[in-house]
Amino acid sequence: MKKLFAMVMLSLFCASAVVLSMFFNIGNVQAKEWKEVRIGTEGAYPPFNFTTPEGELAGFDVDIAKALCKAMGVKCVLVKQDWDGIIPALLAKKYDAVIASMSITEERKKSVAFAGKYYQTPAKFIAKKGAIKEFSKETVKGKTVGVQRATIHDSYLTDSYGSDVEIKRYGTQDEAYLDLKAGRVDMLLADSVALDDGFLKKPEGKDYEFVGPDLTDPKWFGEGAGIAIRKDDSDLVEMFNKAIKDIRADGTYKQIQDKYFAFDVFGQ
Amino acid sequence: MNFSIISDNLGIYFQGLNNTIQLVSISLVIGLVIAVPLSVIRCSKNYFFSTPVRAYIYFFRGTPLLVQMFLIYYGLGQFELLKSTFLWNYLKEAYFCALLAFALNTAAYTTEILRGGIEGTPYGEIEAAKSVGMSRIKMMIRIVLPSAFRRTLPAYSNEVIFMLHGSSLASVITIIDITGAARIVNSRYYTPYEAFLTAAVFYLVLTFIIVFLFKKLEYRWYAHLRRDHNV
Repeated sequence: MKKLFAMVMLSLFCASAVVLSMFFNIGNVQAKEWKEVRIGTEGAYPPFNFTTPEGELAGFDVDIAKALCKAMGVKCVLVKQDWDGIIPALLAKKYDAVIASMSITEERKKSVAFAGKYYQTPAKFIAKKGAIKEFSKETVKGKTVGVQRATIHDSYLTDSYGSDVEIKRYGTQDEAYLDLKAGRVDMLLADSVALDDGFLKKPEGKDYEFVGPDLTDPKWFGEGAGIAIRKDDSDLVEMFNKAIKDIRADGTYKQIQDKYFAFDVFGQ
Repeated sequence: MNFSIISDNLGIYFQGLNNTIQLVSISLVIGLVIAVPLSVIRCSKNYFFSTPVRAYIYFFRGTPLLVQMFLIYYGLGQFELLKSTFLWNYLKEAYFCALLAFALNTAAYTTEILRGGIEGTPYGEIEAAKSVGMSRIKMMIRIVLPSAFRRTLPAYSNEVIFMLHGSSLASVITIIDITGAARIVNSRYYTPYEAFLTAAVFYLVLTFIIVFLFKKLEYRWYAHLRRDHNV
């Protein structure tokens, strides 16, 4: 009886191994051709990526993603994913690339490969108008600063101000705006363009202003926003790099940029 | 698998552990203190008293804890009038908002648990109390409530464990509890497996302690039901 059981188990095991290997083979064959590229984005980081009232993903990142897919001649499928799980979900193959204003940093390069940059803008603090007259490490001591969890701004704030200010970490930038308005945090640190278009220019942001310098130190802020791709898919990295060059050359990039910004977001 | 990340960041986890224990224990104590009188009122035959309690229980059992927390934390921040009162000094703090939501939530569940215990009191116990001439209040305090506590202990231990697990929602409103610590570690090193497994171990240990304490308490309170009578 025991022998029979062992035989059954063994044959089941073999069968499942065969089935599994078949699945993996099919996966590889499809992956080589790249007819369809699934792109992950957050949808809560206006104006770069946001969700419209109808539930559609929109914004600079989304338009760039669609333009890049067109340039590569592949079908685009956009997938919405919360920010703090955006790299784990890429590694878990829930999508093939992340176009979500993700900065290219050394820390992230340990886990994923990057194509691009496709834009670069500085980070800045905002605070209530007149609350911080002269920005320095002393004047911000003891303040509460809000930041989006798992961002370069979070790393910078933790490393540079961790012992001086109280840091509050949010899942999305939108939640951080709510708490700034509610008076639960004194300052926010984020990308300057996101802050400007996502908050300061809106009616609810009229009492707030930028404080302090433009922050661009590559140690934290990296080399600009890039497209994160699994390290195994080096062919896809090349495809994206070529597509970025293409849309920069044929004017598509400028067309998309002008739809959202009055200045050059690509940077130097 | 890289557990050196975890050992480097144990400090955050212990800070989280501290917050979790505080939040859960304080809200449980407040919840229980609210629940005892409410459960007595809930059992009242007078609808004037019992209806508001029923409505309260219905609301807090009928909506998810996360929604209750969002209502208190983000929702109340919307009212400018409220922000000019002294209440805002408390509601400004994420910690207070979480505590308030947890306490009101657990109080609602505990009230229902205790109501079951009170209504299940054997009639013989009540008749005995009446026959020695106890007043209704004295009967409640001396007979019905202790008897109800004893009967509801296993159900209440469930509620305590649920509250512990529910407290992980505090991480959504910027509080660094055990789950919040795991989210920070995950976000800095992109190691969800190690980060959340460590959090899971912390919760397992806490649950083990809770189960152990309730076992001790049951041993004491169920002395009359024990087979070995050599106490």
